[in-house]
Amino acid sequence: MIIVNAEVSEIVELGNSIFLIKVHAPKIARESTPGQFCNIKVSESNFPLLRRPFSICEVKGDFVSFMFNVLGEGTRNLAHKKVGDALDILGPLGNGFKFDDDYETAVFVAGGLGAAPFPFLTGKIPEGRKLLSFIGGRSEKDLITYGMKNTLLSTDDGTKGFKGNVVELLEAKKELLDESKIKVFACGPTPMLRAVKEFCLKYGYNCEVSTECAMACGFGICQGCPIQAEDKEGYYLVCKDGPVFNINKVVL
Amino acid sequence: MTKKDVENVETTVDLSVKIGSMKLKNPVMLASGTVGYGNEISNLTDLNRIGAVVTKSVSLKPRKGNPPQRIVETASGMLNAIGLANVGVEEFIRTKIPFLRQFDTNIVCNIAASSIDEYVECTRMISPEETIKAFEINISCPNVKEGGLMFGHDLKAVAEITRRVKAVTDKPVIIKLSPNVSDIAAFAKVVSEEGGDAVSAINTLVGTSFNIYTRRPKIFNVTGGLSGPAIKPVALAKVLEIKRKVDIPIIGIGGIMNWQDAAEFMIVGATAFEIGTVNFINPNAGVEISDGLWEYCRKMNIRKISDLTGSYVI
Repeated sequence: MIIVNAEVSEIVELGNSIFLIKVHAPKIARESTPGQFCNIKVSESNFPLLRRPFSICEVKGDFVSFMFNVLGEGTRNLAHKKVGDALDILGPLGNGFKFDDDYETAVFVAGGLGAAPFPFLTGKIPEGRKLLSFIGGRSEKDLITYGMKNTLLSTDDGTKGFKGNVVELLEAKKELLDESKIKVFACGPTPMLRAVKEFCLKYGYNCEVSTECAMACGFGICQGCPIQAEDKEGYYLVCKDGPVFNINKVVL
Repeated sequence: MTKKDVENVETTVDLSVKIGSMKLKNPVMLASGTVGYGNEISNLTDLNRIGAVVTKSVSLKPRKGNPPQRIVETASGMLNAIGLANVGVEEFIRTKIPFLRQFDTNIVCNIAASSIDEYVECTRMISPEETIKAFEINISCPNVKEGGLMFGHDLKAVAEITRRVKAVTDKPVIIKLSPNVSDIAAFAKVVSEEGGDAVSAINTLVGTSFNIYTRRPKIFNVTGGLSGPAIKPVALAKVLEIKRKVDIPIIGIGGIMNWQDAAEFMIVGATAFEIGTVNFINPNAGVEISDGLWEYCRKMNIRKISDLTGSYVI
């Protein structure tokens, strides 16, 4: 965990206000593991005041990329960054996915911008294991497939792929899931994660989810991002104990 | 030229200040609830360069805090309603104090309670710990029913808390005042009369924020405590008000982001100051502020930073 002033080396719009920003940050690149995040300062002034947390989307050599959606002042500022600009980044933060335990096929489940941590994770899945990526969105334009392999798509409105949500697609493709021992990795809106958890509990699949919560510091001092624990009294902190949790540890 | 060289050839600046019997190497204090118990932030800043660290409020028993959402950003500020999540006195003594022992700084223990007896009991239990150099009594947490705010709005209760806490410890006692009162100086006066060593001002201001589409509050607790640069002018006015009416050391708090803000607090009357919200954004802010003040004093030919306190010209 360090703070660096990283130079922006590339910024591209993937479409539909989804951006990918790439920075030169060797130390963060070296320390990062998939599922971790960075807390990025999006303004030089006091507005917006707080850093914004983003999943680490991709690490290539000394470069780290973040995927974001333009939603408010903070992300609008970020979208206006240019190649050569400096970006104040705190990271890597939190705990990532456990991708080297016992399974034969990694099953990714992404809802909308929940696709963000998967390009990095895709590259880290040990050789010889299979990959299946289930990607959902409201409509065709909301589907993000960047950096993902063996994709199966679903849209709520049926404009592309399976008509329905991504968990209904999992259910429809259950035969595929039962061909080998799987581990599910999910990231997306909380209602989707809740449904993925139910689905995995029903069939006994091992599953980790990447959660999100409004936070200030990103490293445990503000105590602003609680998530209810399932295996103990009280709360975990999304930033420090997560953002990735096994589904048995948290109430979604 | 390093800072040491500058010191040798030109002038020395004495950044040290005193709060009661506690000597601080510089007036920078890290505010309670913004640095936990020091462990996480010590990876990102050098706590040995900080005047004092005020630990997260500790209560007699552990508290799990409020459900999400606990924080929301507002214009140049943030609202929080953490709900005094903390490990409780026993765990604090057993696991948190030993970690803090390694740093060459003053550790100030902040105490929250739901009864006057509980304030006294917590102080009595922690006072023998050598690592703890002073107490800050939180009578002004706006976010839990038993967070002390009911005391913070009652002059008699503040008097009794000050008197009874002082009776069980030899260490300096700082009372953290609420800005959500009509006459903050009256509270500082009571603290002074009952033997309190200092007041810290201000705690957060009560605020709220609603989602206009769902019409629901953005934080679970409905209201939260407003902090950050948005509250600085209010905090400065409160410090000035206390300074002009009561003779007691004041620790200024409220939206300090840089050394300029810190100097402003000292000029209106603060002996020392606490930085809070800025730690979330720039965890090394305390060290940078200390360096900035040193430069400022050198340029302004101020030999002792304590000369800055209350040096306003009106």
